Amino acid sequence: MNNKNILKRKMTLPALAMAGPVSLWMILFVTLPMLYIIYISFMSRGVFGDVVYEFSLESYETLLDATYFKVIVKSIKAALITTGLCLLIGYPFAYYIAKKPKEVASRLIMLIMIPFWTNSLMRLNSWLLLFQTSGPVNKVLLSTGFIDTPMSFVYTDGLVLVGMITTMLPFAVLPMYSSIEKLSNSLLEASADLGASRRTTFFNITLPLTFPGIFSSIILVFIPSLGIYTVTDMLGGGKVLYIGNIIKNQFGAIRNWPLGAALSVLLIVITGLLIFIYTRFANIEDMEVV
Amino acid sequence: MSISKKQKRKKFEDTIGAIYSIAIYTILYIPVVVMMIFSFNNQRYNYYWNGFTTQWYSKLFTNSAVIGSLWYSIVIAVLATVISVAIGTIGALGLKKYEFRGKKFINNMLYIPIIVPEIVMAVALLIIFMKIGLALGMGTILIGHCTFCIPYAVVTIKGRISGDGYSLEEASMDLGANRIQTFLNVTLPSIMPGVMSAAFLSFTLSIDDVVMSNMLAGAKNSTLPVLILSMNKSGVTPDVNALTTIMILVIVLAMILNNLIKYALKKRNKAEATI
Repeated sequence: MNNKNILKRKMTLPALAMAGPVSLWMILFVTLPMLYIIYISFMSRGVFGDVVYEFSLESYETLLDATYFKVIVKSIKAALITTGLCLLIGYPFAYYIAKKPKEVASRLIMLIMIPFWTNSLMRLNSWLLLFQTSGPVNKVLLSTGFIDTPMSFVYTDGLVLVGMITTMLPFAVLPMYSSIEKLSNSLLEASADLGASRRTTFFNITLPLTFPGIFSSIILVFIPSLGIYTVTDMLGGGKVLYIGNIIKNQFGAIRNWPLGAALSVLLIVITGLLIFIYTRFANIEDMEVV
Repeated sequence: MSISKKQKRKKFEDTIGAIYSIAIYTILYIPVVVMMIFSFNNQRYNYYWNGFTTQWYSKLFTNSAVIGSLWYSIVIAVLATVISVAIGTIGALGLKKYEFRGKKFINNMLYIPIIVPEIVMAVALLIIFMKIGLALGMGTILIGHCTFCIPYAVVTIKGRISGDGYSLEEASMDLGANRIQTFLNVTLPSIMPGVMSAAFLSFTLSIDDVVMSNMLAGAKNSTLPVLILSMNKSGVTPDVNALTTIMILVIVLAMILNNLIKYALKKRNKAEATI
């Protein structure tokens, strides 16, 4: 036996002991369930809500039904609006923090995180309390004479949007912050010295160089927004439904697993597509997920 | 442009930036403050402001449903943290140090629970558990939580492993320490900050989780977030507000204490260094 083989054998046991558990966990609880849900999406639903193990495209055809298709379009639209607004609101905010001295910036980032250690559902519930028919917002509007009768904010798309944005904003701010923070000032100064206006500098230097951060934000906001059901449950009162709610219902009262699986596959495909585009111009390990 | 004009402009921009940021912080903190205010609301279900009371704080510990679900959440979060950090720590080291077939595949798999919407992971696990006939309950919730905590732990810890650690490990083994001694005395201390932040992250992710806990729970017990979600039709009761208020205060206090200790240690080290 040559040296290399001895070395290899010596390394196999520790490698197995260390990388083994995590690999096994990922295969058992990520790979297998993912493959199985794709498989189930091609089965059909039995009369009693059971799964009939025969190949069919029934579930995917159902997705094209007007009722489901509307929900899919509405969810995608809501996720796009949430993402767009989070980027627009978050970028100047991230920029402001990134330009502060490091000590101050880390405090300011901390200040963003603290509210997020409060249970997210309780924070959503607060918006509901504020905007109730008899809540403070309506009282103020009534007393100032802006309106004569209380407005109904609750269970509307608008309030759901408020919930979505306030839930997602930090996930937009953090990646953009770290990419703006990495941007060197000398580049901006050089651009200014060479006579570029601040606008030109922003669109030709700042924006392109911070684009990886922006794209991370897009992924970290858009994908969760697409699957979220807690915001719609808390603020939509069952009247506003997104893909997440529909999936959840298929595995609950409605019991149509293949349809729920097909919707899940749709989300997997959209996620995969975005990640594929992301890896074209950035490294996935730089995605600032934590 | 003259210097003073430039300075004036910079000052103006700073002011605008400060006002803008304060506005955003206000929006982020409004829900927390409202949540706290309504913990003093004199009403059975929080609906509108009905007068001040502190009764929910005193009654809190007699409400077995709320306190029970809090304990359930804490037990699951602690177990999920321990399992995830253990598997995540040795996993991160193993994935960084060794080359083996399928390593790239595992690395990619780690990103799935982080990126794919949680509801998809939850229902995928649910149908697998149903298929193999695993009864839903604490065990299934725990598997669900670990499935998203482990990847976060691996990613966090991997970022802290530096390449030059290996020579230290070799030195330790050359000096006669075995693998386990080397791991405990050399490797682990060097990645401790990463391990700690992985633990913190796992705990907060687990205790705040709704989706996995909701989909993978049995009929008997529910975690605190799932209990809150189930209350949303009738209105969340103010004692939950009281409990959440206590929880956030404890977290913030713990953080301040942690920073103070760090600051004191830093100062002492500096003082010792100058001596």
